[in-house]
Amino acid sequence: MTNIQAKEFNQNFQFDQPLAPKRTRWEEFWLLFRQNRLAILGLFIFILFFLSALIGLFLTSGTNPVFDPALIRLQEKLRPPLAEPHLDSLQPEEVPRLDIYLMGTDDLGRDVFARMLQGAWVSLTVGFVAVGISVLIGIFMGGIAGYFGQHMLINTISVDTLIMRIVDIMLCFPSFFLILTVVALLPASIYNIMIVIGLTSWMGTTRFVRAEFLSLREQDFVAAAKALGVSNFRIIFRHIMPNAIAPVLVSATIGIASAILTEAGLSFLGFGVPPPHATWGNILSNGKNFIFDAPWLTFIPGIAILIVVLSFNLFGEGLRDVLNPKLRERG
Amino acid sequence: MISFVGRSVVQKTITLFFVSVVSFLIIHLAPGKPSQVDPLNPKFTPEMVERFQKEFHLDKPLYVQYIYFYQDLFTGKTVSWKDNQSVLKKIWERFLNSLPLFIVGTIFTWTLSFPVGIRSAIFRGRLFDRSATFLSYLLISIPGFFFAYILIIFVVTRFHVPVIGMETFGFVNASLPHVIMDRIWHLLLPAGLGATGGVAVLSRYVRSQMLEVEGQDYIRTAWAKGLPPEQVHYKHALRNALLPFVTMFGLILPGLIGGSVIIESIFSWPGMGRMAYEAILARDYPVILTVNFVSAVLVLAGTFISDLLYIVVDPRIRL
Repeated sequence: MTNIQAKEFNQNFQFDQPLAPKRTRWEEFWLLFRQNRLAILGLFIFILFFLSALIGLFLTSGTNPVFDPALIRLQEKLRPPLAEPHLDSLQPEEVPRLDIYLMGTDDLGRDVFARMLQGAWVSLTVGFVAVGISVLIGIFMGGIAGYFGQHMLINTISVDTLIMRIVDIMLCFPSFFLILTVVALLPASIYNIMIVIGLTSWMGTTRFVRAEFLSLREQDFVAAAKALGVSNFRIIFRHIMPNAIAPVLVSATIGIASAILTEAGLSFLGFGVPPPHATWGNILSNGKNFIFDAPWLTFIPGIAILIVVLSFNLFGEGLRDVLNPKLRERG
Repeated sequence: MISFVGRSVVQKTITLFFVSVVSFLIIHLAPGKPSQVDPLNPKFTPEMVERFQKEFHLDKPLYVQYIYFYQDLFTGKTVSWKDNQSVLKKIWERFLNSLPLFIVGTIFTWTLSFPVGIRSAIFRGRLFDRSATFLSYLLISIPGFFFAYILIIFVVTRFHVPVIGMETFGFVNASLPHVIMDRIWHLLLPAGLGATGGVAVLSRYVRSQMLEVEGQDYIRTAWAKGLPPEQVHYKHALRNALLPFVTMFGLILPGLIGGSVIIESIFSWPGMGRMAYEAILARDYPVILTVNFVSAVLVLAGTFISDLLYIVVDPRIRL
């Protein structure tokens, strides 16, 4: 080895600095995730859906929206997709924005494209808010059960037992039936649906989080943090939570998919978001009456729901594979 | 063993008690009263409302109502508010209608998902596995009612077979084989639809169990001593992979009563799910509460049976 080479060698490896892994956690994650083509497809569709819901919100709301989902043109009802409007029978303000009915019109002559755009936002918020509620409750309950489980309440029952019994009780209810009952009894509103779906689906997350906390609590790094006098709050949120979050993320992604399906099912049964607001579920539910004359009213929202839910499921499964070190080695 | 049974019976009874309290509270604390169900009906005078309330103890405090309700339920005297029929009798009739749907659906689920799951585990990463995986994601993600309509359109336009209801309306004087065929046609679609989600989930589960076992050391040993592949897969691997599924027989019990509200309403199938849906629409509290109670009992009994089966099947589990 010549002198110059040795110098270069020493410059490249400075041993007094800590040898951190070359790639950050995110890069590692992305490298693994990239190999799963279906999951990438899911992520791509999910971003597309997110953007179109966001754009749809801007284009369809306000007093004078670009695409008016509530504009009724009875003379133009049940036009098939890509039909040209009959310009002579329409007022100038009734002419569709793109001079074409991109996805056809429904039985009241409303533009299905505008209604789909409006409905995308509803599906998105129902999915995210419902899962947000259930994840928050799940982390809270599971964290308490796992971390403070040993504490006794009034000397008879431990916190852990109490919380897990509550979970058992909640699991006894048939979930869709329970949601249907509560939504039917409460006044119809989109917020009630989100809250009810969230309140009836936190049990799985609680169990995951509790199991993770139970095992992580005994690890050395938690003992070290305790020895340093770190507060319980900081141990839970800075030290344990980042290590316990992976299964929660996976189940949340898949939870969004099932929340969107639940909302669509409720809308279909007539308990969903009240009209005139369009959701994919109630476009489909209205369309079923014209299933032979106007199949696009069934197929467009149906396929849209299918694609979005599928993308969430594929993305969630991809996440599960990447975040699970056991599967990683085998694959 | 006996102590385990005793402990879980006590525990499950306590859980059941709380379930009954919670469901009672949910129903009765929700805004709106059952006596106001039809305010526009001119026959609904205040006197009638009062009589209605007296009849069903609605003027008493909540805990008294609770005791009255469950007293009636256990003595079998609960009546529906809508038509004064015995609730248990009503549920039993609807249950008999749902039963064929449930049995056929379960047979579909269990006979389809095992071959698919085992095959995709053996041919992991090949074309069959990948298409089965994608197909099962598709089946999980498709909204049940949308899929139902696709199938209805397909069957009606292709085979010209009506599929709504339990039997074709006015189909009385036909010969026996015709009646049987008619029944089977009507049964096939809703039962198949009820099974789609189950097939997708269960076949994925079979696959992962099978993969788990195939990675064990004793499978490598079996390969190493030169056993034929069939023997390795079906004798050594499959037997151990089947263990967890024995316990799932207990967990399908709740499906007996849950039915599917959506599928039964699409096909106008007079089963449990649809009765529950109609009861919700009519605010028929006794029916809603009884359905809820019976399904909670089935869930608890199901987990209990699956725990017992696990002990019986797996000698490694000691209490």
